[in-house]
Amino acid sequence: MLDDFMTRATLAGVGVAFAAAPLGCFVVWRRMAYFGDATAHAAMLGVALSLAMQISIAVGTVMVALAMAVSVNLLTWRGYAMDTVLGVLAHSALAFGLVAVSFLSGIRIDLMAYLFGDILAVSRADLLVIWGGAALVVALIASRWSALLTATLNEELAYAGGLDPRREQVILTLCMAVTVAVAIKVVGVLLIAAMLIIPAAAARNLARTPEAMAMIAAAIGGASAAAGLRAAYVFDAPAGPSIVCVAALLFAALGLVSWRNHRGT
Amino acid sequence: MTLISIEDLSVRYGAKTVLRHVGLSVEPGEIVTIVGPNGSGKTSLFRAIIGATEPAAGQIKIKPGIRIGYVPQRLHVDPTLPITVERFMRLAGRVRRQDCATALDAAGVPDLLKRQMSQLSVGQFQRVLLARALINRPEILLLDEATQGLDQPGSAAFYRQIETVRAETGCAVLMISHELHVVMSASDRVVCLNGHVCCEGTPAVVASAPEYRALFGSGTGGALALYRHDHDHDHMHGNEAAE
Repeated sequence: MLDDFMTRATLAGVGVAFAAAPLGCFVVWRRMAYFGDATAHAAMLGVALSLAMQISIAVGTVMVALAMAVSVNLLTWRGYAMDTVLGVLAHSALAFGLVAVSFLSGIRIDLMAYLFGDILAVSRADLLVIWGGAALVVALIASRWSALLTATLNEELAYAGGLDPRREQVILTLCMAVTVAVAIKVVGVLLIAAMLIIPAAAARNLARTPEAMAMIAAAIGGASAAAGLRAAYVFDAPAGPSIVCVAALLFAALGLVSWRNHRGT
Repeated sequence: MTLISIEDLSVRYGAKTVLRHVGLSVEPGEIVTIVGPNGSGKTSLFRAIIGATEPAAGQIKIKPGIRIGYVPQRLHVDPTLPITVERFMRLAGRVRRQDCATALDAAGVPDLLKRQMSQLSVGQFQRVLLARALINRPEILLLDEATQGLDQPGSAAFYRQIETVRAETGCAVLMISHELHVVMSASDRVVCLNGHVCCEGTPAVVASAPEYRALFGSGTGGALALYRHDHDHDHMHGNEAAE
């Protein structure tokens, strides 16, 4: 079954969608969208370093994404505004990554594959990394679900309940790094944030509880991956962007339906 | 046994000292109210008690294993976060639906279980926060300006509810308020804070203390007195600026 490249691609897309759904909900609730974008951009530097040092790209991107998150926290504690810090770091990391990649002589690199993903070239080993990473992210978030939600709702409420909101922030940061690393092959660094935010935002219209929102987001993300791949095959379009297009259309459709319902009743 | 005992507490944010040599204790079952102008360190004191802020000096002793019910000053539920009252209350830990209903009853808002948090009125919202704080049968309730956004009858009703809760469960209450006239009558003890403890005692003693009058004026107009003092109080602030 895994011999078919379309099957592998679909499985890869669905795996990423499952990890991105619960994390994406927190990104939306905590207004961390730009943080997701920044981490993803930094991954380009991770790719360059991985290729230069001949280590696994997943490992390299996780390391750089984590370094990025730590720098963001350190700089904001020193009093810089969050969006400024993210803007500086994200685009610097992307630029340094692109320059570094150009210096790597001897290795032929398809830059587009990292910027927009190369889901049709997913190997069995990639699938293992993607599903392993996705399982790790889902397990981490599920095990800390109530604590994460409490810390998201109110910092003091979390402290009073014996939780440490900073610890929950670290967990989300770790999940972000892993998700970026596994999603890079599927949608590329420029579109990872879309996989985090669009399904979660679309699910908001249908959900009454946080848990429902995460599950509906997973369903929307998975469906987008499958349908997007199909569309890319039929129309001979790039696969990663097609997946994001389908997610965006679902977002628009659900938004329209919910708007009509609110107006109608 | 004393529930909370604070000795010689100082809290600093960077170079700014917000609390200096503060001492405070809360015994089981008593209602203690902290009053003080804006920037007097009331919220910093609370943050230190719940462990959100590290003290620069001094000690905070909290009865081991104490159950704390915390009602935050304001809780913003992001519109992107769908959550029902029931789900919100069950975040507090392993909580049965029956306990949620009982706590909502005690807070004076039954029948809200299925409602979305974002659809509640300000008054309902504060009472749901109170219900959530009550759900684990706390030994002490911490209320940080819990009536912000309520009108005067609303906050008076809220404080009556607190007294009822104390009478029924025997839990202690430590609260911050600026609504002196409303709070005074409900409190066993009032602590007047302005970077340090200016004065403390029964409401009557504090209301007639010169330190209190220097901060809040001698009028009994409550809120009005507070506004007036915002313009004319020099007490202690010269000191703070010097640091």
